[in-house]
Amino acid sequence: MTSATSKEHVCWGGGHNHAHHHQLEVRELCVSYRDVSALSGINFATECGRSIALIGPNGAGKSTLLKTLAGLMQADSGSIIWRGKALTKSSHEIAYLPQRGDVDWNFPITVRGLVEMGRYPNLGWWRSYSRHDADIVQRALTAMDLLDLQDRQINALSGGQQQRTFLARALAQEAHVLLLDEPFTGLDKPAQENLSRLFRELTAEGRLLIASHHDLQTVSGFFDDVLLIKRTQVVFGDVVTSFTPENIARAYGGAAGMTNDE
Amino acid sequence: MTTFPTLTDFLAEPIAKRALLACLMIGFSNGFVSAFVVLRKSALKIGTLSHALLPGIALAVLMVGLTQWSALAGAVFAALIVGLGSIFLSRTSRLDQDTSMGILYTTAFAGGYLILTRLDMRQKLDEWLFGSIVGMADSDLWIAFGISLIAVIALTALQRPLLIYLFEPNIAASLGVPVRFLNYATFAITILVLISSLQAVGCILSVGLMVAPAATVYLLTNNARTLFWGGGLIGAFGSVAAFFISYPLGWSVSATIILVLGSLFLLAYIFSPRYGLFSKRTQH
Repeated sequence: MTSATSKEHVCWGGGHNHAHHHQLEVRELCVSYRDVSALSGINFATECGRSIALIGPNGAGKSTLLKTLAGLMQADSGSIIWRGKALTKSSHEIAYLPQRGDVDWNFPITVRGLVEMGRYPNLGWWRSYSRHDADIVQRALTAMDLLDLQDRQINALSGGQQQRTFLARALAQEAHVLLLDEPFTGLDKPAQENLSRLFRELTAEGRLLIASHHDLQTVSGFFDDVLLIKRTQVVFGDVVTSFTPENIARAYGGAAGMTNDE
Repeated sequence: MTTFPTLTDFLAEPIAKRALLACLMIGFSNGFVSAFVVLRKSALKIGTLSHALLPGIALAVLMVGLTQWSALAGAVFAALIVGLGSIFLSRTSRLDQDTSMGILYTTAFAGGYLILTRLDMRQKLDEWLFGSIVGMADSDLWIAFGISLIAVIALTALQRPLLIYLFEPNIAASLGVPVRFLNYATFAITILVLISSLQAVGCILSVGLMVAPAATVYLLTNNARTLFWGGGLIGAFGSVAAFFISYPLGWSVSATIILVLGSLFLLAYIFSPRYGLFSKRTQH
């Protein structure tokens, strides 16, 4: 254990002993759809308390990587090591947050109801919802500033509120690792700033965030590290040293870069 | 069928009592399952499956003769063939599953129709196309009762994982919800309930019975659980009401059931306080 690992890891559920810092390591990961290779040669190691931007052009395999890390897709080869053990199936410690556009927001459920879904790994099919569960849901709603909205239907939320509801669900799940597909997409400037602030809070309390992201200009402001991919890994490292015009050009193939304005 | 002078005379007959009981049970179970169909957005798939059942029944009748059980087994068989066949076709060709299903079920339906007409079973054919809720035997009722019981118990027991799965399958899988199991279990329940509605209203109208009740409640409530029980109540109420409306007018019961359910839906669509045409709902 090094000095860098002394950061306190908050875990609301209790019962976990954090003797060593939580490490996520991905080794030589290859994923394919049927016969077509979607991703290969992904190698990186990180730990709780960081936020990572997953960057790459359309079709680079960002969603595929997130889904594989979440256990939703099987890797052909390579391994994902979480806390020293190979990850083979879904774990409550790893939460997956799909793109907001992939979700039916007309589904009849309230904000609280959606956040309560996060308790499923603990409850299973039939176990009754306990005070402990209610307590954790309450804390998740509080942390994401959703207490006033908890009884609102999810179809009456703004984009930023929808994203916060997703985050609260992940917190209720007591997830250590949050995998987010394009969380900033479709949010206006203030909502983006707010989400970025919440990201910093979440990493400060020791969670690991990995989010696909397409706005190259905000990467350095919103994230600690960057993982640039284009079907294979281009570079991984902190944003200052790795998110350079040369590396971006390698991922986007030339002209594209910091100059894309929206 | 002999005619009875008044409704009360008719109600004294065992055939009428059976029909009324059938309306109640089949209406409730179909309405209950319609909540799943609406949340899953699979109304069109149900229409496909209901047509796919006909050739299975025809084939079973051709092979082992007509009994309740052979018809049932044939229906299950046909649904599996078309359901799994379309998945297989779409995986092994460049066609998507909807296209594959469209080809498979119409071909199967055409084949089934020809077999049944060749077998000189036009009378029966009519019942399968448009239902025969008034002609049900005791054994039919028991099967309908068993199916209703299984559907209600299973969907109630699976409610928690099922709702997460219906909201977003990827989130469900990442939470450890047994997505594949739910897929198969709900498919099996859907087939069973379809068979009961096939008997009641026939394969052409069965989609209505398995969609309209919960679609109506969907316009009135924000609670997913209410959809199931509310759908069941509306399905049962609509079917029983249709029974009483149809008799004095001499209408077909099955067509009246769908007409009543459609009218209830229209009322909710226009007058729902929250999601109706006249509600002053503002989004965002």
